[in-house]
Amino acid sequence: MMLSTLHAADFWTMAVAVCCAVACGTIGCFLVLRRMSLLGDAISHSILPGLALAFILTGTRDPLAMLAGALVVGVLTAGMATGVRKLGRIPEDAALGVVFSTLFAIGVLLITWVADSVDLDPGCVLYGLLETVSLDTVRMFGVDIPRALPWQAGLMLGNIALIVVLFKELRITSFDSGLATTLGISAGVVQFILLTAVAATTVISFEAVGSILVITLLVAPGASAQLLTDRLGRMVILSGVLGATAAIFGCLAAIYWNTSTAGMISVAAGAQFVFIGLFAPRYGVAARLGRNTLLSMRIAREDILGLLYRLQENREPGAPRSLPSSQVIRSVATPMRARLSVMQLRARGLVDRSRGGGGELTLTARGVDEASRVIRAHRLWESYLSQNLPLPLDHLHEPSERIEHFLTGEIQSKIAAEIGDQSDPHGKQIPAP
Amino acid sequence: MPDHRNTLDTFLADLARLLSLQDANTRTVLLGVAALGLAAGVVGCFATLRRRALLGDAIAHAALPGICAAFFLVGSRSFAAFMLGALVFGALAAATVAAIRAWTRVKEDAAIAIVIGSYFGLGVVWSSLIQNRPEGAVAGLDGFIFGKAASMVASDARSILIVAVIVVGIVLLLYKELKALTFDREFAQTQGWPTVALDLLVMALICACTVAGLPAVGVVLVVALLIIPGAAARCWTDRLGTMLLLAGLIGLSAAVMGAALSATLPSPTGSASRGWPTGPLIVLCAAAAFMLSAIFAPGRGLISRLRAGRVEMKAP
Repeated sequence: MMLSTLHAADFWTMAVAVCCAVACGTIGCFLVLRRMSLLGDAISHSILPGLALAFILTGTRDPLAMLAGALVVGVLTAGMATGVRKLGRIPEDAALGVVFSTLFAIGVLLITWVADSVDLDPGCVLYGLLETVSLDTVRMFGVDIPRALPWQAGLMLGNIALIVVLFKELRITSFDSGLATTLGISAGVVQFILLTAVAATTVISFEAVGSILVITLLVAPGASAQLLTDRLGRMVILSGVLGATAAIFGCLAAIYWNTSTAGMISVAAGAQFVFIGLFAPRYGVAARLGRNTLLSMRIAREDILGLLYRLQENREPGAPRSLPSSQVIRSVATPMRARLSVMQLRARGLVDRSRGGGGELTLTARGVDEASRVIRAHRLWESYLSQNLPLPLDHLHEPSERIEHFLTGEIQSKIAAEIGDQSDPHGKQIPAP
Repeated sequence: MPDHRNTLDTFLADLARLLSLQDANTRTVLLGVAALGLAAGVVGCFATLRRRALLGDAIAHAALPGICAAFFLVGSRSFAAFMLGALVFGALAAATVAAIRAWTRVKEDAAIAIVIGSYFGLGVVWSSLIQNRPEGAVAGLDGFIFGKAASMVASDARSILIVAVIVVGIVLLLYKELKALTFDREFAQTQGWPTVALDLLVMALICACTVAGLPAVGVVLVVALLIIPGAAARCWTDRLGTMLLLAGLIGLSAAVMGAALSATLPSPTGSASRGWPTGPLIVLCAAAAFMLSAIFAPGRGLISRLRAGRVEMKAP
């Protein structure tokens, strides 16, 4: 799709969506961190009766009245969930479910009741009217801009300002509410401010983007950012940026396929989360799998080196000095991993393979050096265990076989200094470093 | 403007005619929602007790893209295909939540919220694509979002009935195992029962009830049918068997009352085509049952707790 095929209206839609996404993404981080994501979900459903009541009482779609009505119900949701949890003695998530589904049901009925006098249908509450925001404009600074834009932009700036001003308090109460109390910060007050901000965000956003998109934008960018960084400041910024990219991609895709913009932004935010979950450098699924594979490959290689070293060390007459590679492969790790390890060892010039026969493997001179490091770690640990714990001799090998891959040079020299003599409990020599 | 008394009389007459099951059409509808309310109430107890309540919400929201996918494949409104699509996507959603929880540091609540939002978003995208197509109007997808029990036909009701019988039958057959799984997992394991398989079975039952509830209650509110009857029943008893029975009965009566009200209440706009939606009415009936239970239940209810001087309410 070419950018030139976009109309001015599409840019205004995108601007509204981006402002909304940044507003939701930044404040949503704290919901994710406090494990209150589902409260965001609940609030975005339960504000519906608040909106309807405000309309019925004032008889207009005055944004301020609607905002006030929805805000009250939104903040009340959390309190009502606690009440239902205690009243019915049911788990927290079930209590939340009881409250928000009942409130949503009341909301739908109220809206149905006043349906002929207000163009607020339950469907648009769910999906929003992002496509049409550019039709409803106000004149500002000599330009016609969507009426929703100043609201969303103000919301975005408000949320950012709130986070900047209360950053310390939000951080401490999110991670350690006990510490917050000792510092004289009331976790309850901060929680209330956060809830109010979430309710305000939901209320202002829902008209443009619908309640479903609000849920996604509150949670998905924050959860994605959580996979990319450990620092709260960076997480908030990243979350805002990720919200904005989801909004932009979603808008473009929706125009391309001629479908619902809010739905497409939701999908984009979800897809972004899946992508980051798979490929995040540190906490992604691929990175973790990769790290595990690299580690198990190193362990397999070291086990092969140790095996060959022990063979070559054995001076008894008639004892084999080398081993067919098929036998090596059978004795360590899984066949696949072992075969790869043998290939790596040969490529690095640590192991030689004889031509013909069963392909006997022997250590090269460099291989002996490398292997002696592993054997040294193994035997040092055996000596250390037998000196410090009353273990029988045949119980020393197993734990050392595990720990040999992780003993650093520093620990090895400390153990060597403590042990003093130079042979292990089985009488084998401990190779010099 | 018709005389109010007159309207009330007509309404009561309608309601009486409806509840006495005189015409075949209402009989199907009421039978369908009754079976649904019963099954969802029973299965919902396990969902609530095992803290899986909102997973049902995720499964329900994921049903929308499932229904759309089924429509893409079949090309017409087929209840069986819709249910199958919803079931597949519901299972997919549950699997996504489990995968996010197991493989990333993201917590379960965020995982559920993300799954709800993005699957439903996908559903909205696809249903808007369907409605752009000429044959889209017949899909009747709107009905699945807020529920429209009145449009239920005999075959739909039969499908719901079959699902309900299977679901309740499984719960009865495996009552002992499910009870152990819910309250004492280790015990179930020592008995050699396949706890993981039983876990999956509970998820499948939740999935089946959710999907069966879609035509009547809709995507957004079907989770209430799972949670609220169980929560109400919990106020009356500490015994699982009694709780299941009560939850089933509460679910059944709420569903029947809601559907009956939806069919008989005079339309708010005066037009016959746009009456009161069924889903919200059923949910309100269930919520009323919960409120009554929470206030009046002996021993547990607010009144008897206030009387006993135990104002300090203890959470589970």
